[in-house]
Amino acid sequence: MKRRVNMHRKLNMQKRIPGFFILLFVIMVSATTLIQGQQRFPKPEFDSGYVQPDPTSPEPRSVALEYFDVFVLLAALSLASWLAVRKRSRKGLMWLSIFTLIYFGFYRDGCICSVGAIQNVALSIFDPAYTISLAALLFFLLPLIFALFFGRVFCASVCPLGAIQDLLVINPVSIPSWIRKTLGFIPVIYLGLAVLLAATGSDFIICRYDPFVGIFRMDGPFLMIFLGVTFLLLGTFYARPYCRVFCPYGVLLSWMSKFSKYHMSITPSECIKCKLCKDSCPFDAIEVPVDKAYRKPEVARKNLRRFVLYLALIPMLTLLGGWIGSKSHVFLSRMHPDVYLAELMISQPELREDETNLDIQAFLESGDTFEQLVEQAIVIRTKFKKGGLALGAFIGLVLGITLMNQVVFRRREDYEPHKANCFSCGRCMDFCPVDRGT
Amino acid sequence: MKKDKVSSRRDFINKGVRLTLGLTVVGTGAMALSRRSGGEEYVWQIDPFKCTQCGRCATECVMAESAVKCVHAYDLCGYCDLCGGYFKPGAKLQTGAENQLCPTAAIQRKFIEEPYFEYIIDEELCIGCAKCVKGCSAFGNGSLILQIRHDRCKNCNQCAIATACPSNAISRVAANKPYIIKGHFTNEKEG
Repeated sequence: MKRRVNMHRKLNMQKRIPGFFILLFVIMVSATTLIQGQQRFPKPEFDSGYVQPDPTSPEPRSVALEYFDVFVLLAALSLASWLAVRKRSRKGLMWLSIFTLIYFGFYRDGCICSVGAIQNVALSIFDPAYTISLAALLFFLLPLIFALFFGRVFCASVCPLGAIQDLLVINPVSIPSWIRKTLGFIPVIYLGLAVLLAATGSDFIICRYDPFVGIFRMDGPFLMIFLGVTFLLLGTFYARPYCRVFCPYGVLLSWMSKFSKYHMSITPSECIKCKLCKDSCPFDAIEVPVDKAYRKPEVARKNLRRFVLYLALIPMLTLLGGWIGSKSHVFLSRMHPDVYLAELMISQPELREDETNLDIQAFLESGDTFEQLVEQAIVIRTKFKKGGLALGAFIGLVLGITLMNQVVFRRREDYEPHKANCFSCGRCMDFCPVDRGT
Repeated sequence: MKKDKVSSRRDFINKGVRLTLGLTVVGTGAMALSRRSGGEEYVWQIDPFKCTQCGRCATECVMAESAVKCVHAYDLCGYCDLCGGYFKPGAKLQTGAENQLCPTAAIQRKFIEEPYFEYIIDEELCIGCAKCVKGCSAFGNGSLILQIRHDRCKNCNQCAIATACPSNAISRVAANKPYIIKGHFTNEKEG
């Protein structure tokens, strides 16, 4: 401690002298004099006038540039909203998506992104030791707030992951609704799991399994690139597969967008029910006018009965999900490296002698006792018990509400975008033959 | 008339849900913001005091060429002729490749004066495998250390090496102090 104070005093004194290198030199000299007595091989005193080279220390990207990213995000979101809702320009949205693909994708190497920011927010709420950067927080919040007003304009042309897939929608096929709805449930599970694992400090799975970051960097492990290329190839006929089947941020955006105030519309004035737009949407996100049959008394009664049944199912599914979730906490907690290591050392004590097991060897070298590790693992597992309960209940609840929505019919006489699923890409707007009117 | 009633009811529900969702989002943001202790930005860095030279830095980085490189803290170096970081243990004092510890010959050895030699890391060649770091820590002063080089690091949201590190040596450090320079050669921290 004393040594440190001493060093600080020296540093403070030298601050008056301008020049970083002088400062660096002083740090080195003071550090050397302090420790010289203890070094195995003391630093020699050179006769030849040798000067020790300066170690280089390249600076990280400056904080100001992080805020510039936020500014670009805000500008892109505003422009996308204007293009989708007011200007109604598919072309404009596409060019904007190319720009964001280049900027957030290839220039910023896919990091920082709103999808991954979910985990930063979750971790910062549950782990007081972690401080979220303001940029990451804004990346999480801004697209959601925009979605609340203008729909998923973030997906349309601000998200680089969406942009790279959207540009490769070549020959999209229509997917039966039951497959779409079943697969559409995967993101909910993915979101819940990602939040649980981030909140417990286990892992950031969204980032680990981000399929396109390897392509943006043009570098990465084989699996990452393979995954990315597979998604892109799949996307030529199953449009935007990552967005529709995996993206956890899309779940949050769809909730917001469903109740958005000024969502884009297919037709600029009055729908003439020409069906031209129906085939233009590669994502099956256009809703057709509802068959009036649902208003017939016998059908309505049947639907009402199903509605009441599903409504009653919601609390049961929530409880069931919570029960399953808390039961599986032992399994889930193995995703945390400490729990994994503790379990491994208990189940296979002979691995302590295994020189090739780096994790165990490093732990034995670290000086922590085995009891400390086990204690730590138990604390984490308790967290997982609560987290598993919440995760299961969340999945059950969403499943229940999804089921209930199957039998809720809303009067609809026009062709309209499905506000939750629509990416606001604007393809349908070009197909609408109706003039803008006056 | 009836239609208007339905649509106004729908509008009312939408407005209510929108308000609730908006408040939830803002609330979540405020909660995360209130947990912010410092106003600093963070980058990833290796603590050389915790590093056990396992070699995973060379393979676990998401980049094919790891952002982790060996850095030479010259003021700790003893400028030895028989350098534990340069020569394989038990090797002859000849600078042939078969005697060098570094698999990519990234350490350049330069004669200064009898009997001292300077060791320079060629960062282009270094793969961050920590073989020299291990040798230097075992037989020398420990002046060779691994550091994440911020001109190469992509500053991933979650560092893949940090997850794989067996000794938890990689953590987020304040961006205005992006390197952990080893000013002390033993395994105990200052202060």
